[in-house]
Amino acid sequence: MQPKYQIFKIGIKDVAPHLLSVFPFGIIFGAIGIELGFSPLFTYATSLIIFGGASQIVFLQLLSGGASSLIAITSVGVINSRHFLYGAVLSEYLQKLSLIKKLLISYFIVDQGFAVSNQYFKKNPTEEFNYYHLIGSGIILWFIWQVSTIMGIYLGSIVPEELGLKFAIPLTFIAIIVNELRKFDHVLVMLISGLTATFFYNAPFKTYIIISPLIGLFAAMIINKLKK
Amino acid sequence: MTWTSIFIAGILTYFTRMSMVTIIRKEMISDNLRKILNYVPSVVFPSIIFPGVLLDDFGAFVTISDPKIFGAITALVIGFFTRNVILTIVSGLSSYWIVIFIF
Repeated sequence: MQPKYQIFKIGIKDVAPHLLSVFPFGIIFGAIGIELGFSPLFTYATSLIIFGGASQIVFLQLLSGGASSLIAITSVGVINSRHFLYGAVLSEYLQKLSLIKKLLISYFIVDQGFAVSNQYFKKNPTEEFNYYHLIGSGIILWFIWQVSTIMGIYLGSIVPEELGLKFAIPLTFIAIIVNELRKFDHVLVMLISGLTATFFYNAPFKTYIIISPLIGLFAAMIINKLKK
Repeated sequence: MTWTSIFIAGILTYFTRMSMVTIIRKEMISDNLRKILNYVPSVVFPSIIFPGVLLDDFGAFVTISDPKIFGAITALVIGFFTRNVILTIVSGLSSYWIVIFIF
């Protein structure tokens, strides 16, 4: 059994490579908020209160484009609805925790943290304090996101747009899924969800972001039935 | 008005994070469901990757010679063989930049 602090540090270490893309993305987000005409405080508040990169950009873009608050809020909810799936996967490993701990840890559930901590949980399902991995990965992602947002707000576009660093986001997710590329059923499910997302991309309220994973899961269900 | 909307969006987002963690009990997850949940990373991340690579900022398809396609393929190949996150991201970005700035 490893001490809590040790596991906390493993969580930080495991997610650290992904900061390579989270950090510039935060700067880009901060700069976009100011460019769209929002105050530094308002732009930063989205990072603290919503804490979900892509949804924050869409939120500010919609509001600045004159969309109603209702549309902006709905879009944030739809984009972030993928957390339902993360929560369902993680629930098994967090279930022994007290309600208050669950509520605190939940705030830190984000894409990259979920991905690396879920891999750790699968390898160490019986480790008593394995949830400290999720706390470690979540807190460092949170911290870097806050700092980079503030940098983007005050330093503006120090990241030149020509560098196209937004592309680092798909890359960080590619780095996550390469682990499953050796399994044919996973590759098939990835293709199905990815292509579905591409074709539904222009559906209202960014619904592609939850429709396609659900279609992918449905495909996975059928594949599992057929395998039997 | 807009401040209220940040808070509502924040509460909504927090709800998407905490609901499943607090509601689901182990007994509610059958072996079959657990198998399906195994695919969550494989269905969520491609749903972000594919449009991010194949579509431009306006939601239109990019051409086959687009630097993003070259960068994504490089990252996939390097990632597949090295399983190293830093190498995957760096190789993807640098090959993307090579196409943009040199060709």
